[in-house]
Amino acid sequence: MKFIHPVKRGYLALETWFNLSFGNAWNPLYNLGTLTFFFFWVVFVSGLYLFIFFDTSLTGAYASVEYMTHDQWYVAGVMRSLHRYASDAAIITILLHMFREFALDRYRGFRWFSWVTGVPTLWFVITLGITGYWLVWDDLALYIAVQSSQLMDALPLMPASMSRNFLQSQINDRFFTLMGFLHLLGQPVILFFALWIHVKRLSDVSIVPPRGLAVGSFIALLVLSLLLPAVSHEAADITKAPAVLNVDWFYLNIYPLMDYWTEGQVWMLTLGITGFLMIMPWLPRKKTGQAAEVHLDECNGCEQCAMDCPFDAITVQKRTDGARWENEVVVNESLCAACGICVGACHSSNPFRHSQQELVTGIDMPQSSINSLRTNVESAINNLQGENKIIVFGCDNAINFTGLQSSSIAVVSFFCVGMIPPTMIEYALKKGADGVFVTGCRTGDCYFRHGNKWFDERLAGERQPILRKRANRARINIFRAAESDCKELRRELDRFQASLQQLDADHESVNEGGS
Amino acid sequence: MKKFIRYPLQIFNYALFMGLVGYFSLYPSYHHLDENQAMITFTLGHVGKHVRACVKYSQEDLLKLPPNMRKPMDCPRERSPIIMELKLDDKVIFSKTAPPLGLYKDQGIDIYENIRAPAGKHKLTVWLNDDVKVEGPIYQLEQEITLAPEQHLVIEFKSEIGGFNVF
Repeated sequence: MKFIHPVKRGYLALETWFNLSFGNAWNPLYNLGTLTFFFFWVVFVSGLYLFIFFDTSLTGAYASVEYMTHDQWYVAGVMRSLHRYASDAAIITILLHMFREFALDRYRGFRWFSWVTGVPTLWFVITLGITGYWLVWDDLALYIAVQSSQLMDALPLMPASMSRNFLQSQINDRFFTLMGFLHLLGQPVILFFALWIHVKRLSDVSIVPPRGLAVGSFIALLVLSLLLPAVSHEAADITKAPAVLNVDWFYLNIYPLMDYWTEGQVWMLTLGITGFLMIMPWLPRKKTGQAAEVHLDECNGCEQCAMDCPFDAITVQKRTDGARWENEVVVNESLCAACGICVGACHSSNPFRHSQQELVTGIDMPQSSINSLRTNVESAINNLQGENKIIVFGCDNAINFTGLQSSSIAVVSFFCVGMIPPTMIEYALKKGADGVFVTGCRTGDCYFRHGNKWFDERLAGERQPILRKRANRARINIFRAAESDCKELRRELDRFQASLQQLDADHESVNEGGS
Repeated sequence: MKKFIRYPLQIFNYALFMGLVGYFSLYPSYHHLDENQAMITFTLGHVGKHVRACVKYSQEDLLKLPPNMRKPMDCPRERSPIIMELKLDDKVIFSKTAPPLGLYKDQGIDIYENIRAPAGKHKLTVWLNDDVKVEGPIYQLEQEITLAPEQHLVIEFKSEIGGFNVF
């Protein structure tokens, strides 16, 4: 059995728990990005409502927040709580998102861009939260304002002390206008662009979680808002130094540290963590396989590969070779993740073509061509013995399935199940396999994002190239498993073998009855 | 899994998640000050005196200078470090020698220092020296103060008023 890192094993156990609770489609761990976007939407909508009543003046800010919290608790108060708790929930989902990518080793190689752009995005979210706390202008806000200013003063960029502005009412309404502009417009716009850049190298990006998960999360936020409404500290007063502060640890965790460390040390820690996170994808570097290659002689420019590419690495352009087709595809090597999904999407990857000569397809992986895969499948089936000969098509990034190999079971490895052309399944059955067992990443958790989804849709006849109706579905089994699901995989394979046996027995009895 | 098991599990997970959100958005409370403590902030934004007085160039010295750099007075850019000390009941609670900033040591400095102090009556002594040519305190303040718990007392040095402002 392959060694699984304890961090990964722990994460997979958590994922299993959520699969049990929510099912794969609603599993929050498979929807951390969309769930974060959902919380941002809650923050945005509740923020818009709060802005109606918020007074952006030094003297009016606190009073307007108090009005919303107490006098209009049933709407504005709830909105305020939703605003706060959705922001907090977003930090949890972001941190889990980061942990997930780390635990599953999905932050290096071709994924470096998303990881590196995600780090400053987290800081943008945190600073947005911090300015939100300033706007309340209570004791906590004053504490944060002064501490933040001290942090800024420690940088050799400030021409004059910011901290001293907060003494003896040296700040005025213009300060609040500035803060309001920052929190309500400036920072959200920056965050929006940061998020756009973060997902720039992905195609078919979803920002909406499954409806059930969204509804459940919103109800949970609402219940929390009603049970524990967000309230302010006392109004900001420079002559007071409150002994106890109820700090929001999701956003304000750095401030208490400043009572023990110098500003310089706090900056070193913050920048150190940021720098370390930013260079993590190269510690050590993960090599991405060779990029896909286009063979124009076999490409009719149908664009299916471009539509299926999960990383936006394939673009369509006007034909350059004078062929009668209108378009051709081009692979951007720097974006290609070498997943092979484009190979599975290409109609020319049909192994029944050119059976006596080399199979060349429209788009292929240099290190594992469709021709070599066809040869592997053929020779693997030829070497099988006994009854119920099964060929396992597995993905390299999920469970280690090579141990399943036996005299009656052959295994063929693909980069992703999305790389398997549906005709390859038919081909295997035609060449003598009694059953085809396909295993890849858990449902909802494809290493290459859409491999599972496209494969399922192709088999269901909803996406080109489809699995033809005449292929016997009873002889095809799909089982999704993570690295830790060895027992479940073995059990499912045994069950499939038994079902094939039953199928043969039924077939024989029908034949006997017929004769 | 059957829905009747899945739904309670979901409720449990949502409750756990919101429990985490609700708890860490408020707790554990941060004790910024101990009970019966006050906060003293010592602050200033000030430029020290020049390290030496301006000297009139002699005719001889002027002739040694390039014509475009000849001027009647030779004034140093460098400023004095600022030395400050804060005592509460004759016990030093803050002391610092802040050198002038800048490549030519000609910039002012900003200080914003928070110091925790026990509530009650105290004798406050604070002094500052901003001139290397003078030994010991140049500006000094000594006064009785009464600190209430959770009070924030600010001691600000202002050259415009020629000393310290306590509020």
